[in-house]
Amino acid sequence: MLSPFGQMFKDNGYQLGNDRDAPIYQSPAYWPIALRITPNWHLERNQNTVVDGPAGSDTQTLATVTTRGFDYSGMDMLTAGTLAKNFSFLLVPSADETGAFHFESANVRFDNILGSSWFNLKVGKFELDNLLSEKRILTLSANGGYYQNYHFQPWLAVGTPSPAYVFGIGDNQLGIEWMGHSKNDRTRVSASLLQGTDGNPDFQAGNGGAAGRAYEGFISASQAFEVPGLGLQRVGGFAYFGQAPTFPEYTQGGDAIFGTGIGNQAYYRAGFIGMWYFKKLDLTTMYFYGHDSVYLATGTPSNLGTDGLPEGAHAPSWNGALFETHYTANPQLILIQRYELIRMKQQALDSNPGDLGNVDALTFGFRYYPFINSRAGFAFSNEYSIVWNRKVQYSPTTGLPIDLTSSSLFFGIDFAF
Amino acid sequence: MRKMLRTKFCLFVTSALILPIASYAQLGEQAPAVKPSSHMESHVGNLTGHSEPGRELYFRYCWGCHGPHGDGNGENAAYLNPTPRNFVAAVFKCRSTITGTLPTDQDLYNSIGRGFNFTNMPSWIALTDQDRANLVAFIKTFSPRWVTEKPGTPIPIPPEPKLTLASIQHGQQLFQKLECWKCHGQEGRGDGPSASTLTDSNDQPIRPYNFTADNRSKCGSTNQDLYKIFMTGVDGTPMPSFADVVKPEEAWDLVHFLRTLQYNNPSPELTLWESTPEGKAIVAAKRVDQTNTGSGEKP
Repeated sequence: MLSPFGQMFKDNGYQLGNDRDAPIYQSPAYWPIALRITPNWHLERNQNTVVDGPAGSDTQTLATVTTRGFDYSGMDMLTAGTLAKNFSFLLVPSADETGAFHFESANVRFDNILGSSWFNLKVGKFELDNLLSEKRILTLSANGGYYQNYHFQPWLAVGTPSPAYVFGIGDNQLGIEWMGHSKNDRTRVSASLLQGTDGNPDFQAGNGGAAGRAYEGFISASQAFEVPGLGLQRVGGFAYFGQAPTFPEYTQGGDAIFGTGIGNQAYYRAGFIGMWYFKKLDLTTMYFYGHDSVYLATGTPSNLGTDGLPEGAHAPSWNGALFETHYTANPQLILIQRYELIRMKQQALDSNPGDLGNVDALTFGFRYYPFINSRAGFAFSNEYSIVWNRKVQYSPTTGLPIDLTSSSLFFGIDFAF
Repeated sequence: MRKMLRTKFCLFVTSALILPIASYAQLGEQAPAVKPSSHMESHVGNLTGHSEPGRELYFRYCWGCHGPHGDGNGENAAYLNPTPRNFVAAVFKCRSTITGTLPTDQDLYNSIGRGFNFTNMPSWIALTDQDRANLVAFIKTFSPRWVTEKPGTPIPIPPEPKLTLASIQHGQQLFQKLECWKCHGQEGRGDGPSASTLTDSNDQPIRPYNFTADNRSKCGSTNQDLYKIFMTGVDGTPMPSFADVVKPEEAWDLVHFLRTLQYNNPSPELTLWESTPEGKAIVAAKRVDQTNTGSGEKP
């Protein structure tokens, strides 16, 4: 999470506001570029993995599969700055660990339009105005490197994930955002109009799932207040109003023509968040709620109407929560703990177990910065994370739904320069 | 090989012990008799700031520019102009107290919250009031001046007289008489004949304030702030105090005139000035469109 000053700096379009923000004042010795990558050693353990039995592939059994070794993460090239006063940009070409590039962020900001801090626009691909930023997450492992609540989609049935659309509220999205804030940044509001492709470009080539002509919306607001002796606390809320097509308007040789999806059906996510500070301890709490259209959850074209739905189909909904604690022993050492849970309120099918898809995720670890300066970053990032996914697969031996449990042990050297 | 290493290690340890003693002996005559206090308080309104929590804030937000020792030699200092404030010297630009004296806690608190225009010091209004009071307390632990001296008494600021055309015109005459134009230029653009020769107390080049660039000077944006600037001076810079030279009512006349130099910032003074044929012609001739950089600076 950002400090109050960091949040204000970001909300002001990466400007200090003292009339030294135009690029002509910046030292030509430095380009506003940082590269970030994390060499690491990690161990991944998956319990209840379905594997071939001793007799070969004809029989299956369950095993705990453990893999380990040296590895490295993808790489972000972070470049940002002002183009002129109140015009700034953020461009993040990013590679996965194989070197395949994509653009994690690419946006331009127009700040303090008409001289008002309440009128700022951002256009391009950007992170949603999530108070709890997944892009600034402090944990990096395969299981703990993202927020479960931000990416959860309900299961259609045991062993069958939700089929209809791709979405994560933690993913960077494509569109335009208006954001306003008070001068001291205590009050913040934002609203975004987004392309329904989960941030993927070139929807006409089929990126971003079915990719119809849908636009989506996101709103958020937060208020900070001072508690004597403890400093600033912040509370806020957010809501994402999404829609996704359920069938193509046109096909060619039986295949959908990309970008022509219609029969949009709604999904939404909403939540409340609190960021609480107690001296060296800070706690983030979040309540999360999700809801999907029954057509999206069951992969049913909406033009078939209710008659086309599987028997016992419902619009699934669920509740979630997050508790994340940081103890900043000193600026160089931070201890991290996080617990997330997701509980299904309504399953997509009556035949599903009531707890199908429920998630519990626990992460703890620490980051140690052997030095701190403003031109390079270096941290030992060490953590353990375990995620329990309830009843998401059938046991090959009993035929009953069973949990899938995955855990990560991670020792990384996270650096940027 | 091992023996050689041991010898080198012994030499290193000996040097490490002896060199500081020698250095201290050399500095002995110059060493201050009074050391800074490691525990300080600040008093701002109803707030009491403490240096201990201020220290944590300083080493999170401030030390990159002002340095771990508060001497203005942080790792970023080499890239900044003007250079960051040296808290060890305890010479402060923006004060309500007479020149040469320490500022009040309120002055320092206001400076942290306001930031300094045309420098790299941002506004820290995002921090809480208590945090800023704590930072003020910690800043005072860097210099022995805070132990041996008390802050100066704030200068009295008489009520601002009614704005008149005569007041502006008298201010215009004072601008000439006091030779403000030598540094600030006839049009107030900070380009007077002496401007290129000016240096601050660290022998760093310093540019006089450009009135046409913004409506906010380093030490605030109100008429009272302007009044304070030339009655207290800006310590550490060539801008002197005029407290002994001009009377309070004359100082207000000068304030009213200086506002008319801020061509692009509407003010009652500018409106009144432009209502006269003389003022309208002068302002129209000097007004320049925004530059391509968008910085607000005028060529």
